[in-house]
Amino acid sequence: MRSPDLYPALPEKVREKSGQPIELCFQCQKCASGCPMGERADYLPSQIIRMLQLGLTERALQSSSIWLCPSCETCSARCPNGIKIAAVMDVLRAMAVLRDFAAKNKEPVFHRVFLKSIQNRGRVHETLILIQYKLKVRDLFSDAVTGLKMFKRGKLPLFAKKVKNKKIMKRIFAGAAQAQG
Amino acid sequence: MKFFYYPGCSLEATAKEYDYSARMICRQLGIELVENDQWCCCGATSAHSLDHLLSLALPARNIALAQEAGLSIVTPCAACFNRLKRADRELRENTEIRRKIEAICEFQYSGDVKIYSLLDALASLYGLEKIAAAVKKPLAGLRVACYYGCLLVRPPEITGFDQPENPTVMETLVAKLGAEARKWSYRTECCGASQGITNPKFATRLVDQLLTMAMEAGAQALVTSCPLCQSNLEMRRSPHLNLPSFYFTELVAVALGIPEEKIWFHKHLVDPRPLLRSLLPAG
Ligand code: SF4
Ligand code: SF4
Repeated sequence: MRSPDLYPALPEKVREKSGQPIELCFQCQKCASGCPMGERADYLPSQIIRMLQLGLTERALQSSSIWLCPSCETCSARCPNGIKIAAVMDVLRAMAVLRDFAAKNKEPVFHRVFLKSIQNRGRVHETLILIQYKLKVRDLFSDAVTGLKMFKRGKLPLFAKKVKNKKIMKRIFAGAAQAQG
Repeated sequence: MKFFYYPGCSLEATAKEYDYSARMICRQLGIELVENDQWCCCGATSAHSLDHLLSLALPARNIALAQEAGLSIVTPCAACFNRLKRADRELRENTEIRRKIEAICEFQYSGDVKIYSLLDALASLYGLEKIAAAVKKPLAGLRVACYYGCLLVRPPEITGFDQPENPTVMETLVAKLGAEARKWSYRTECCGASQGITNPKFATRLVDQLLTMAMEAGAQALVTSCPLCQSNLEMRRSPHLNLPSFYFTELVAVALGIPEEKIWFHKHLVDPRPLLRSLLPAG
């Protein structure tokens, strides 16, 4: 592990934004042993935390781990040093998107489609976001059979309820964006 | 007993049967569910993955609606429950966040709204003994594996589970309904959650492991409390692992003798009706 960050302040930023005592990690691997990502991701949660300690934040930001992590919270619940690793993962994801490290990942595409639906309608239109996401990642057919089964069972309705008060949704999104910016 | 009912978006689409059965058992048990159609999405995984403040402001908006109604919130969805509880904790403990969110959502947080998962509301507020007394068709002979997943139990400081590695409430409920909860060790493992959409193969590996372990434990079905778990279990499994899964509310409904069960069981991708018919005498 060479090439420390171009931005030496990044680990401090992760620490501050997540509120987590990253420096306390002593590599016991408890988080890693319960992590469902296992060998599927580039790095285990313990390795991500180690990278942050070593100032290798950019490497963490480019990892597949931050996007494959389904936020199961097993790591956070088990860490003997009280590090909420799942909260660190959240900060890394948001940072990766803001700093353009995630251009090739499809997970943030899904999250954006999902949030757009909430912004426009107040709720998630599950049918619509699945189609929009599939179109964006150009994978319309992998789930066609299951999708049809769901549709036939009335579980992918074409019309979904909306929240009437559009103003409040606008304000919530604008307010959050302002605070983040 | 009266609550502000928060179904969440999944219960209007992929998890309709959860919504139907939840409403029906509450009606039968005399629990009043008040719904305000202004409720909005809790933001789910997507909000907390990209925007921390948004992930708190969206649930806070719903807390504000419940506060206006003077009611506590009950939600069947484990994921919504988790997001609502987190927002409530931040509002309660973090003054800076509270000020920001109060401004964004235009309300004054009073701290009076309590947030319950429907499972917890039934078990600790309504009472399992009362449910046992209302059982008309005991689920005798049914062997299930209770599957908690992640969001109902973790992190424990948010969800309030005192034994996050060994929760027991669902097992106790199922026993009161007359079914047998098998012992198995994958009860709080992850189903893959939203990876079911973005990385289905990853979810399949997790789901197959869950179903295999439940079968090995002698279960005929799984019992869930989360729309994400339920859809991954049904949609992402390998085809040969066709173990049905129930929302816990569906089992309560059957045991309470609610005849409307016909309305929703056909919505399952793994039809649980043959199993139920093999257990319950006709009529
Ligand atoms: S469980 Fe905590 S202390 Fe142990 S390796 Fe993981 S982050 Fe470090
Ligand atoms: S929250 Fe993410 S990093 Fe932590 S155990 Fe679960 S999948 Fe692994």
